[in-house]
This record gives sequence, C-alpha cells and structure tokens, in this order.
Amino acid sequence: MSWTWFHRLGSPPHIYRLAEQLTPWFAWPAAALILAALYGGLVLAPPDYQQGDGFRIIYVHAPAAWMSLMVYTTMAVAAAVALIWRMKVAHAVAASCAPIGASFTVAALVTGSLWGEPMWGTWWEWDPRLTSELILLFLYLGYMGLRGAIEDPQRADRTSAVLAVVGIVNVPIIHYSVTWWNSLHQAPSVMRLGKPQLSMPMLWPLLMMLLGFTLFFVAVLLVRLRGEILVRERSASWIREVVET
Amino acid sequence: MDEPRNPALPGVEAALGGATAPHDATSVLEAARLVLERDMTLALRRRGQLVQPLAFFAIVTMLFPLAISPELARLREVAAGVLWVAALLASLLALEFLFRDDAYDGTLEQYALSGQPLTGLMFAKTAAHWLLTGLPLALMAPLAALSLGAPSESLPGIVASVAVGTVALSLIGSIGAALTLGIRRSGVLLALLTLPLSLPVLIFGARASELAIHGESYVAPLELLAALAVLGITLAPLASAAAVRISLE
Repeated sequence: MSWTWFHRLGSPPHIYRLAEQLTPWFAWPAAALILAALYGGLVLAPPDYQQGDGFRIIYVHAPAAWMSLMVYTTMAVAAAVALIWRMKVAHAVAASCAPIGASFTVAALVTGSLWGEPMWGTWWEWDPRLTSELILLFLYLGYMGLRGAIEDPQRADRTSAVLAVVGIVNVPIIHYSVTWWNSLHQAPSVMRLGKPQLSMPMLWPLLMMLLGFTLFFVAVLLVRLRGEILVRERSASWIREVVET
Repeated sequence: MDEPRNPALPGVEAALGGATAPHDATSVLEAARLVLERDMTLALRRRGQLVQPLAFFAIVTMLFPLAISPELARLREVAAGVLWVAALLASLLALEFLFRDDAYDGTLEQYALSGQPLTGLMFAKTAAHWLLTGLPLALMAPLAALSLGAPSESLPGIVASVAVGTVALSLIGSIGAALTLGIRRSGVLLALLTLPLSLPVLIFGARASELAIHGESYVAPLELLAALAVLGITLAPLASAAAVRISLE
C-alpha cells in the first residue's frame, strides 16, 4: 500500500479523467433526488397550519442557504490545501467553487425575499440570517473580483487563496455579530418565526433536497473543474489526446 | 558586501553575509521598532497626506446634517452610526498609502529578504498606520460627535470605541491592502474586500458609541471590540505577510 493515490490527486490529467468519469455518478442521483423531493415537498407534504402553501419555498431556500455556506467552506479548505501543499489542482477546485457558491447565495437571497413578502409583508427584512447571507455574497464577489483583477494566474491563485482562508475565519464572527446586532434592534412588531418544527412528511423532502443539492454541487464542481483544468493546462501535450478522443 | 546597504535594514547584511543565524544581528523587536520609526518619520515629512483622511472624515460627517436635517435632536439619533460609517470610510481611504509606496520602491522586497520574520515587520507597519490614522481619528471623533448633538458626557466612550475599533480596522485593512498590491486601480476592489470583513467592528463600535450617547454602560461592546482587535493582532500580520510574499514572487 503506497501513497500514490494521494500524489495522483495532484496530477491534472488524472483529475481531469477522474472528474469526467465521476460526473454522471453525481449528476443522475442529484436529478432523481431533486425531482423526488420537489414532488414530496410541493404535492405530498401537507400545507403548514400557519403559513399555508407559502412555506413550501423552504424546499429551495433552506438547501440553497445551506449550500452557500458549504461551498464557501469547501472553497476555503481547497484554498488552504493548495497553499500548504502547493497543489495546483486544489487551486482549480477553489476557483471553480466561487461562482457556484455565489449562485447558491443569490438563490437563497431571492427565495428568502419572495418568502418574506407574504409572510413578513416586506421584500426585505434586516433579519440576521438574510443579512449574513448578503454579507456572504459580498465575500464571494470580493473573492471573484480579486481573482479577476490579477493577471498572472499563479499569483491570482495564491492571493485569492489567502483571502478565502481569511474569509472563513471571519464568517462565524460576522454571523454572531450580526445576530447580536439584530437582537438589539429588532422591532418587536415583526413576526418572528423560530426554527420550524417540521413533521415527518414535511421533513423528508427537505432532507432529500439537501442531499440532492449537495450532489448537484459536486456534479457542477466536477464539470467546472474540467473546464478550469483545460484552461490552465492548455499548452500541455496531454490536452491534445483528451480533446481528440 | 561589508558595508550596510540601508541603515534601516540591519538584517540585510547579515543575511547576505551568509551568517548562520541572521537573527543575531538584530532582534525582531529591534527591527520592528526601526520599521515603525521609519514609517512615522516618512509620514510626518508628508503632512498633507496625513491630513487627508481626517478632512475626509470631517466632510462625510458634515454630509449627514445636510442630507437628513439640521435638528440636533434628530441627528443625535443617528450620531453613533454616522460617526462610525465616516470613521470606517476614512480608515479605508488611508489604507491605500499603507504598502503602496514601499511596494513601488522595493522596500517591501528588502523587508522580505532581510531575514527578519516578515510578520513582525508587517505588524510594525500596521502599528505605524494606526498611530498615523486611527489615533488621530479617535482624537477628532469628539469634535464630530459634538457637532452631531452628542452630549459631552459621552465623549470618553466615543473616543475609546473609535481608538480600539480603528486598531481592528487597521489590521483587517492591512490584509486587504496586502492582497491588492500590484493591482492597478485597486481602490474599489480594496473596499469590496475590506468592508465585509470590517462589519463586526462597525456593529460593536456603533453600539458602544450609541450606548455612550444614551449615557449607559458601553463596557460590553467595547470589550468585544478589544477582543476583535486582539484577534486581529494575532492573525492579521500572518495573513498580510503571506500576501506580501505572494505579491513579490
């Protein structure tokens, strides 16, 4: 037993082929899970006694919000791995994560706002969760802006990796300070909904959707990673073999 | 080889001379003190640049009475927030000077080659930056606070919160400034990177000032600000040193 499998993780051609083979294994289960969860959430689950059918947006909102954080964590871990072991492929993973994470964040913000209109009577409420989500979007935009502003690809990789690591240290601090700020300023008239207590028929589609979104993220990440590797290795000889076959 | 190339960098000749332990020549503390002195001297010779963030702070504070209302009662309501937004923007504006000149003339490169831990030197540079912008802002804050209708009893609390908060702001900003080194027209990007990370400082700083204006105890948010500053002191120089090294590659 040797460590070759670990060293092969650093090899772009190996990762490229691996990503190609793995993509369907994530994409198809993701599609199946998301469709089943949509059916379960939109049709089978009973309406909420307080919110009626409006609560059903949670089946998109909560998984998107969860993914926005998970993708950021993935990005920061990949960035740290890339900085510590100087792994080129890990930089490509971090770079591929950012647009996906930003999209999940936008999805969470938009669905949260759509839900807020009928429930809170306003499109935007300075709720701690919405506010932290908005700040997270700015963190993603900053990361992508920094990466885009540096021309030399290796410097762009390493500089943005430092930013991703700094960001992940700050995410919990930002989250708690925003929660604390909000609890001091929150107007008591606003209807506060605690963490929803979901019954089983409401819960299982949510968990399925969460898993489906996670698999979907991995599938998209693998596709983006291949694109990223192709751009980075465009002058390498193995690319010709891959593209011609 | 034997002559010192730059009196401010005693570590250089030791490193070039191939000494086995370059730290013998100068201790980190001594090197950090020299960097601090150098930055202070250079800045004090260009006073115009020093005054700019302060003038900016005063102008931003003045915008709010013009935009909202000249009534002191209404202004008092928002005084803490206005002060802190103005202080945050002023310290952001000053960040551009933090590393830019030293990056252009190669001083940062010399620091990296000096054999001294770059983290310590970054900390000294950030300390100088705070002494030159954060501290003057804290000393100017009472003036702005009074003009916004804050009672004079609240001034110690406001000065303390701005003084402690700008320590954290300088440290967070040093990371942003180091990351954007070598990028042309980096101003907006620097704001985009730094402002989200600075939000906790804004929240606790504005809270402390608000409590001070209402005559209540502002100790709790002030302690949280101090905690953020201490966290910044421990971690931010590491990150900015890493970013500076990357920019020199």
